[in-house]
Amino acid sequence: MAGSGDKVTLLAEWPSPYVHRAQIALELKGVSYEYLEQEVWVNKSELLLKYNPVHKKVPVLIHKGRPICESTIILQYIDEVWAGIGPSILPSDPYERAVARFWASYVDEKWFPSSTKIMKAKTEEEKAEAVEQSLTGLNLLEEAYEKSSKGKPFFGGDNVGYLDIVFGSALCWEKTIEKISGIKLIDETKFPLLAAWAQRFSAITIVKELTPETNKLVEFWKELQAIRNANTSGN
Amino acid sequence: MEEVKEVKLHGYVKSGYSTMVHYALRLKGVCYEYVEEDLKNKSEELLSLNPVYKKVPVLVVDGRPIAESLIILEFVDEVWKDNNPFLPQDPYERAKVRFWAQFFYQKLVPGGYAIRNSEGEARKKAAEEFVDSLIILEEGLRKDLYTGVPFIHGERPGLLDVILSGSHSTFNYLGGLAGVKLLEKERMPILCSSLDAFVELDAIKSMAQDFKIPKPPAPSAA
Repeated sequence: MAGSGDKVTLLAEWPSPYVHRAQIALELKGVSYEYLEQEVWVNKSELLLKYNPVHKKVPVLIHKGRPICESTIILQYIDEVWAGIGPSILPSDPYERAVARFWASYVDEKWFPSSTKIMKAKTEEEKAEAVEQSLTGLNLLEEAYEKSSKGKPFFGGDNVGYLDIVFGSALCWEKTIEKISGIKLIDETKFPLLAAWAQRFSAITIVKELTPETNKLVEFWKELQAIRNANTSGN
Repeated sequence: MEEVKEVKLHGYVKSGYSTMVHYALRLKGVCYEYVEEDLKNKSEELLSLNPVYKKVPVLVVDGRPIAESLIILEFVDEVWKDNNPFLPQDPYERAKVRFWAQFFYQKLVPGGYAIRNSEGEARKKAAEEFVDSLIILEEGLRKDLYTGVPFIHGERPGLLDVILSGSHSTFNYLGGLAGVKLLEKERMPILCSSLDAFVELDAIKSMAQDFKIPKPPAPSAA
């Protein structure tokens, strides 16, 4: 069990949903941590290069001086280290754990990339295709929510769980996509269960506190695209 | 979890991911039924078991399907937790194993497709990048996990050994396509030691007899 002398540091970046995941989990477990904003896009910071030399990305959780990288791995680490405190992040049943991991992986590999593609699309055709893929994904997630929650408020049941955190952390970007492209993805007429879940999740105090304002995310996205375009058109 | 009664694996002989699951079940001493799927003519059953990806492997345990190989492997480890654990006990060690497992899927899987889907100079470049990723994996394992031969996990095989050996035939195939040997003992001693030791395991040697699938590849002698 972690003692009070075991320092926890999070290498972070304010717009990153992957970072928010780690923050939500730490808060749910009542773990104090030092938040260190990193330079990720133009000149990666020293700490980042030191503690995540393979991927050079945030979040990185540093506990007892040792780094843990990759947001879903961090979630599982937090769940295991602070196992006695608060509800479990992952379910205890192996089958339910596999289901949670499956949908979390689906969000990360399929749904979130196709959704952000809506903002990146260069033609109307590309945009329409990305929207369709995102909506197909939401259909699957609506069903998954019904099966996982069993009538309770979260994918994890009574309490926020692994899939709630993974999917829920992307919600601020869903709003950003709506602002930039005019497309409302989690439409309550199409996905009533997900829309209600999204409202509940977003209303949680810790989530409200660390969710960046949509306007700031829009500005961030525009700056990021400018950097990316500069990199590809250069040399 | 209560005692499991029925285990069925839907797979494909040339799928490295299917092989990984076979290996995991064999190491755990699980009795299971195997269904070879025709990927050009996917069965209704497969499509209903894995409607999201429509792929193999799918493991069905007491009628409930699990898809995606890495998820299946952790599931198998958790259900049959008393036999040959695939992950260490310590959370930090577990995080390191998961990191390298994820690295495999993030870098080597797309890297393999890059080799497959290219030709000429592009294929040569893809093969070089693939080898670079293998070296990163080798060096990462040396720094993070290495405790001694023969397996990545030490004296007994673990998750990373299963993933690596499951992919062995695929690596040979990719190397054949690219005209290079992707796994070199001198540059990748930990990876090659794992592969060599894995094919010698009794549970693995006996597999071909039970399932009429090709024997594991010969040891990776340089």
